[in-house]
Amino acid sequence: MAIAPLEARFQEKIDRDIKIEPKDWMPPAYRQTLIRQISQHAHSEIVGMLPEGNWITRAPSLKRKAILMAKVQDEAGHGLYLYSAAETLGISRDEMITQLHTGKAKYSSIFNYPTLSWADMGAIGWLVDGAAIMNQVPLCRTSYGPYSRAMIRVCKEESFHQRQGFDTLLVLSKGTDAQKAMCQDAINRWWWPSLMMFGPPDDESPNTQQSMQWKIKRFTNDELRQRFVDVIAEQIKLLGMTLPDPDLRWNEERKHYDFGAINWDEFWQVLKGNGPCNQQRLDARRKAWDDGAWVRDAAKAYANKVRLKKEVA
Amino acid sequence: MKEYLLHLADDALVMSQRLSEWTGHGPVLEQDIALTNIALDYLGQSRLLYQYAASIIGDGATEDSLAMLRLEHEFKNHLLVELPNALPAGRDWAFTVCKVFFFSAYQHALMQQLQHNADEEVRGIAAKSLKEVTYHLRWSREWILRLGDGTTESHQRMQQALQACWPFTGELFEVPPYEQGWVDYVAIKKTWMSEVQQTLAEATISSPAGGGREGAFQTGGLHGRHTEYLGYLLAEMQYLQRAYPNSEW
Repeated sequence: MAIAPLEARFQEKIDRDIKIEPKDWMPPAYRQTLIRQISQHAHSEIVGMLPEGNWITRAPSLKRKAILMAKVQDEAGHGLYLYSAAETLGISRDEMITQLHTGKAKYSSIFNYPTLSWADMGAIGWLVDGAAIMNQVPLCRTSYGPYSRAMIRVCKEESFHQRQGFDTLLVLSKGTDAQKAMCQDAINRWWWPSLMMFGPPDDESPNTQQSMQWKIKRFTNDELRQRFVDVIAEQIKLLGMTLPDPDLRWNEERKHYDFGAINWDEFWQVLKGNGPCNQQRLDARRKAWDDGAWVRDAAKAYANKVRLKKEVA
Repeated sequence: MKEYLLHLADDALVMSQRLSEWTGHGPVLEQDIALTNIALDYLGQSRLLYQYAASIIGDGATEDSLAMLRLEHEFKNHLLVELPNALPAGRDWAFTVCKVFFFSAYQHALMQQLQHNADEEVRGIAAKSLKEVTYHLRWSREWILRLGDGTTESHQRMQQALQACWPFTGELFEVPPYEQGWVDYVAIKKTWMSEVQQTLAEATISSPAGGGREGAFQTGGLHGRHTEYLGYLLAEMQYLQRAYPNSEW
């Protein structure tokens, strides 16, 4: 069949909100966009385990330790669903991991910031997971079936994480002066990077228009960012803390919060690899992978031996 | 009784603390999840035991005061569990798997006895733990087989890990001075030996058991005399509670 009718049928499915499944014909660029986006998301889950893993051994109580460990474990699980979803597009997990380790594939820049205090565990849950949820809830309706189904599972767990993060900060906000200061400091450091998580402004986001047409994306970066600011600007009042933006105020005409200019230079710098922890995070991932090579080889060799024995018997 | 409960709780907590150092650094994603899961099981066991101990101790004791505010010499865990994930430092999958296997084989035999304990609370904790430990034992046993009978390199690493771990296994069968007459440690040793010998044989790993090596065993943990490693582990784990005393988290 010629390409044009296939493309027309594909776009018709998209327009009628019929999910695209692995065996369906799809434009090569649609496939590539999805591989890029899903693997980037999977990598973000895996790299995202590191800044929080940094506090597991120092969690202040056994209950908090259990919650944090379970959360980081959930992230590994999200990575698994997402790698599996990407594999349905014809790329292997090993290939994706190689792309991460060589710098060809990206992960969310937010994880290139350091976790300096216990309050960061709360701020990450509330702000970073909160921003992630804003991005991810629309993806539950994304046009590619396996991605959409993976995201439904991911979102359920993420909203739980966000509540736990807020609860961690709430306890600190009612604590001693030192705890309050720790809480405010974490919010100050994570606020702007969280806003950057929605990606560059719409007029500088090259992939947005095509992704919207294919219904991979359902809202633009700026729309989601505004929605996030509106929610957080209200929730911060419950903590009795402030957001580090002197220009943040309610705009009655727009029915939205106005907010200050984002430092996009910083965003592009971190994206280029010049953030505080880029090197450290990638090194940690590469080391885990390289150190684990002999373990994976042994597991394969053993599985082969077991299979051969069965065949002989 | 509280001393014995603390001994059991300390084993589980220190085991958990060590294994959780692997989270995010495992050799493959599925095993990262599995090991974190095991660490979470141990943490859960320790919490039940500390909570019960705290209820007996009274005087404002909590699971956190017992875990976070006792000093090295007050901890009563076995030396085996406080060893790092590789000696003298770092993460080694063979050494970690070996630790989990030796400890699980011990804990499995122990919990089988404790699940019939006269104390209802102890019975309940043991029965719940036994389900988890059964999985830990199967998981670690499978890894001993994979590494032992995998590649030449993994075989060597497994054999080395076993040699390094072995001197810390004798302590597992020592009767703690505060033991309540609940547990038959001779029976535990017998069960443990047979599990270990059988698994090592299947894994083509030569066993260091016998050969007059009994005298090489390291002990002291049950009495609060530990390796140099425990102090650092506690310093890290207890840091926030020590730096910000009397705070809610």
